[in-house]
Amino acid sequence: MTQFFMKIFRGDSSHQFWETFALDLIPYANVIAYLMIIQRSPINVHGRAVDPISWESGCLEEVCGSCSMLINGVPRQGCSALVDHILAETGSNTIQIAPLSKFPLIRDLLVDRTRMFEDLKRVHAWIETDEQLSQMHSQTTVSQETQQLLYALSKCMTCGCCLEACPQVNHRSKFIGPAAIAQARLFDANPLGGNIKAQRIRSLMEEGGVSDCGHSQNCVRVCPKELPLTDSIAALSRATTRQALRDIFKLPDSP
Amino acid sequence: MAHQKEVIVVGGGLSGLSATMSLASQGYHVKLISVTKVKRSHSVCAQGGINAAMNLHQENDSPLIHAYDTIKGGDFLADQPPVLEMCLAAPHIIEMMERFGCPFNRTIDGRLDFRRFGGTLYHRTAFCGASTGQQLLYALDEQVRRFESVGRVEKFESHEFVRLILDSEGKACGIVVMDIATLQLFALKASAVVVATGGIGMLFKKSTNSTFCTGAANGRLYQQGMLYANGEFIQIHPTAIPGIDKMRLMSESARGEGGRIWVYGDSSKQITAPDGRVIPCGKTGEPWYFLEELYPAFGNLIPRDIGAREILRIYEMGLGIDGEAAVYLDVTHLPEHKKEKLRAILEIYQKFTQEDPTKVPMKIFPAMHYSMGGAWVDWPAADAPDRCTRYRQMTSLKGCFSIGEADFQYHGANRLGANALLACIFSGLVTGKEISRYIDSLSPSAHSSPSRVFEEAIAQEECFKRDLFARSGSENIYQLYDEMASQMFLHVTAKRNNTDLAATLQKLQTLKERYLHINIKDRSSLANQTYILANQFRPMLALAMVITKSALLRNESRGSHYKPEFPARDDQTWLKTTLAAHQPHDDPSISYTSVDMRHLTPFERDYTKAQKVTPHLENIPDKIELPFS
Repeated sequence: MTQFFMKIFRGDSSHQFWETFALDLIPYANVIAYLMIIQRSPINVHGRAVDPISWESGCLEEVCGSCSMLINGVPRQGCSALVDHILAETGSNTIQIAPLSKFPLIRDLLVDRTRMFEDLKRVHAWIETDEQLSQMHSQTTVSQETQQLLYALSKCMTCGCCLEACPQVNHRSKFIGPAAIAQARLFDANPLGGNIKAQRIRSLMEEGGVSDCGHSQNCVRVCPKELPLTDSIAALSRATTRQALRDIFKLPDSP
Repeated sequence: MAHQKEVIVVGGGLSGLSATMSLASQGYHVKLISVTKVKRSHSVCAQGGINAAMNLHQENDSPLIHAYDTIKGGDFLADQPPVLEMCLAAPHIIEMMERFGCPFNRTIDGRLDFRRFGGTLYHRTAFCGASTGQQLLYALDEQVRRFESVGRVEKFESHEFVRLILDSEGKACGIVVMDIATLQLFALKASAVVVATGGIGMLFKKSTNSTFCTGAANGRLYQQGMLYANGEFIQIHPTAIPGIDKMRLMSESARGEGGRIWVYGDSSKQITAPDGRVIPCGKTGEPWYFLEELYPAFGNLIPRDIGAREILRIYEMGLGIDGEAAVYLDVTHLPEHKKEKLRAILEIYQKFTQEDPTKVPMKIFPAMHYSMGGAWVDWPAADAPDRCTRYRQMTSLKGCFSIGEADFQYHGANRLGANALLACIFSGLVTGKEISRYIDSLSPSAHSSPSRVFEEAIAQEECFKRDLFARSGSENIYQLYDEMASQMFLHVTAKRNNTDLAATLQKLQTLKERYLHINIKDRSSLANQTYILANQFRPMLALAMVITKSALLRNESRGSHYKPEFPARDDQTWLKTTLAAHQPHDDPSISYTSVDMRHLTPFERDYTKAQKVTPHLENIPDKIELPFS
């Protein structure tokens, strides 16, 4: 059986270091499958017993967004990263795994992505309905084109890959990042989401809003769900300009 | 009086969020506990859809036929009043989710699109591409975030439920939780607790479940005295993609859109069809669509228990692909617009196998998927004289409710596809209403348990934590876990026999002994995942015992529970609900209770003929109040 090396950037915020494990290559096995193998009896390449790696994973089907990490420097989901294919592509016998760097580190590959969920509050990423569940719009019609846009935007699993890849998201900047902007667009585009549209748009006119985008287009390249992120940033950018004009002329919020 | 309005919801999947939303919209302050960000809960994995008899295909479908299909599909083990009420509420639930922005697929004229699913002849399944669970979960996650932003919901994510706290009268008054990042234990107070912790897939080696689905919460409650019902009924999904880390679900929707299951035929072999015909196993060297030949009426859309068993039968006859544990699921012949509707799941297949399922048939095999069994919960029927003094979805522990996959209701001995998402949302909404009634019934003193009760509960868990870390034997907890999950997968899934079940029970006892001699080498209190598993293992073992013993005792075949030694359903002896009660120093104590069959008298489940019957359901209450405000 062929061996390969998994080099993992691990530790806590006080001390991070690389630790390498030698593993037998298994066809189609993904990064998480190897972390599970290491976990059972963690012995590093020097033959020393060490603590198991801490990481986050959930569905292992690339729909929950848990297992984002840097794999050979690229942010992606560990569960869909098939190691034999990556090694074949890179022509190397080593794969490098590291935690996302734009979020507070907890331990090893585990980071805290709470800020992304806070950002969803900031942009009011929901449909504002009254609380009478009985007042249903039973006969709402939605065109197939609209549904396709909504579904494409609604697949965002808040995994953080786009923020990790974005050069404008860093500890010196307040940029909200592409994910929340796309969610603002999702609810603005929903036929039922218009009543707080202006609020959503204004939240992106503040510091760290849509104008902080640097147009590097890194986000669309790494998004595992292929969200139209740059289109969304452009759409919101136009919307904020219109809203700014409306606000200058004190026009009422359009529904 | 402020905390009189506090409710704890454990679990933030579809049912937990449904309950949270219902409670928050009624003005309660909800503490929502989840081992992960609620948006990552296992509900995201549900692919195919959600059932509701809205009859938009003009097929004369109705909620009553939906209830009939569900009761029949569950092989008559489901209590019928909750099934009826769920099916009546289903169309309103779809409308509610639509209103929350859930992007359901649309027909050309912009109306809701419906697909066909297993165990029914109607187009009754609403869907969002092939990631319906994800989209429904997100829609409720967004509504709950809206309540969170105004302070009505307080989330404790990355926290694990470890203990229910009961007051001097035995009523739930709070829980002990553990912060997963620091292992710190603390108590939360509330007037009622909802448990919505989902399934138990991690008990089985080859499961489609997320890593969160350990069953530990239900195991802990069971060890604290909660009754666990119908544990032996474990759904094996016919179609999953084999993998070493997990089995990935390949949705029933692939077949609902026209996908066909086949293997290469072998005309030298013969097979007996359910209607008694003995037929050759296709033509040698040509695709043999065995489900279509064995079940001409339902074909590839027979219920899951039957589909899984037939695939295993074909494999055991040596007809698996290259003799291996796999059969083909083929969508290559489907038109583009149908493939488009399945894109999310076809992409999953391609990502994990590097083969293009639109060009090459997929290789799939059955895998453990869902637990019909779960916490026993009460359900007074709408016209029961004591409807107002009992509480729907309440467990045998007062003030502790259970919903979603964690409870035992709605699905009987076998769940129909696309009924789980419905049951999750429905049971959550019902519980929201019932908790309001329950809290109103409490005396004012019930809201102020002495702090001693909470301190003692924390102390017990602290003590267990010290004990776990102090164990210094030579056993590896991952090894013990593997042995348990492999044993459960081998002997307590699709095909069971009493010799192996008895041996499994024995094995679980041995594991319980060996567990005393584990050694947690990682001493850190920072996100120590070895400790977290070790702490979950005891309640997981407890549930594994419940499932195994319940299966051992039930000497018949019904729904997902299949014993070749007892191949027939035996209503005379076994048409009853299994109840398991914990005994600290012995096997689970098993007793039985009757099934509420007031609407439909059991008959034989037959899927060989297409019979669009207009069922007659008896004793339907004049007035059924649905759980919407």
